[in-house]
Amino acid sequence: MTDTTSFYELTVNGSRREVRDSWIGESLLYVLRERLGLMGSKGACEQGECGSCTVLLDGDAVCSCLVLSASAVGSNIVTVEGLAPNGEPSDVQRAFVDHGAVQCGFCTPGLIVAVHHLLEHNPDPSMIEVKEALSGNICRCTGYGRIFAAVETVVAVRKGAGS
Amino acid sequence: MSVHVPTSLDEAIQLLVANPTARLLSGGTDTMVEVNFNRTKPEAVIALRRIPSLREYSIGPDGIVIGAGVPYASMETGPLAEALPAVAAAARTVGSPQIRAAGTLGGNLGTCSPAGDGLPVLSALNASINLRSPRGTRTVPFAEFMTGVKRNSRATDEIIESVSVAPTTGFQDYAKVGVRNAMVISVASVCFVHDRNTSSVRVALGAVGPTIIRAREAEDWLAGRVDASKQLPSDGALATEFARLVASAARPIDDHRSTAAYRRHAIEVLARRLYLRSTT
Repeated sequence: MTDTTSFYELTVNGSRREVRDSWIGESLLYVLRERLGLMGSKGACEQGECGSCTVLLDGDAVCSCLVLSASAVGSNIVTVEGLAPNGEPSDVQRAFVDHGAVQCGFCTPGLIVAVHHLLEHNPDPSMIEVKEALSGNICRCTGYGRIFAAVETVVAVRKGAGS
Repeated sequence: MSVHVPTSLDEAIQLLVANPTARLLSGGTDTMVEVNFNRTKPEAVIALRRIPSLREYSIGPDGIVIGAGVPYASMETGPLAEALPAVAAAARTVGSPQIRAAGTLGGNLGTCSPAGDGLPVLSALNASINLRSPRGTRTVPFAEFMTGVKRNSRATDEIIESVSVAPTTGFQDYAKVGVRNAMVISVASVCFVHDRNTSSVRVALGAVGPTIIRAREAEDWLAGRVDASKQLPSDGALATEFARLVASAARPIDDHRSTAAYRRHAIEVLARRLYLRSTT
């Protein structure tokens, strides 16, 4: 990709998406929101401090603001929109609502992606592991207690469903 | 700006020859901040994240080789963490889980910030940096690689391929002070490596000088007082004097993150703590 005005394809939530007429230096966060209309990932700090833009890139939870979009060609990108069928909340999203873990809501999509990623790799985390896994997602409303309670509920429900 | 995404190191080297001013992009955690805030606009970017060989590591009797593109997350636990506990300790202190999934030692070395958490560890482990260019492979000791604040001896046609570390036996750890306990840049840091194989203790300091500083005077002083082929003595007075000498090697400054006096004090506390931790 050597053109400043670019055309390239990204794989987002299982679909191939064309990125046209963008500046080649745009971050993945910017492209997701402004070029592809996926507004779930939020932009706040744009320097990897807040976690509100967290997406899965080839299975890793990363800050999409720090991914050069054009370098993500060929990678599998999953945003918060891709975690559950459209209009149906995932168990994590439902638990956040039930526990009042959503207040202003700005950090929520990034936290939801981070929680899905954590529980996929560690289905029964200790509280310290939960806190570590979510340490890159900053919430200024909840004080985190309700978020941790929501995660505990998902863990318990999934364990119950599996047994 | 042009963006190139090579899938092999040879292809990346050819692209660098064709675009000698290109910015090499690893995890993006430094460069993309500059791009997002319009502080830099490279003519060309060569993204290295899709080169599989850079994301490999090997652990053998002759030493450990860590590819420049191995993310910190892969160093926190598992075989690399067991082989190099100080690398694991440093990796765990880098940014957030999201940053550790992206950030790499190659990126840390390319940026060469004195606050880079990987760098004191590479210094104290006497690591070598392996560089590839059209001219072949060049291996540079860490001490000759980092030359100043965000300066290194990488030639413009070279790509950082990996770091090599000789096997060590004995305690090693990394400790850091920041303004909070997670997601934080280093205000002062110490890596302590007790290598029984070479009967030596090596100490490197981060964020308290223009480069990573080795506390050579303290290392030599300790070598004259202990038998480093064995476990170090649990001696509080010895630890105190050792830590004082380590702190005297620091060359900290006052800046927006901290003061020189606090940084020197923090180095002394961390050095004493790590020495005593090594004796238990």
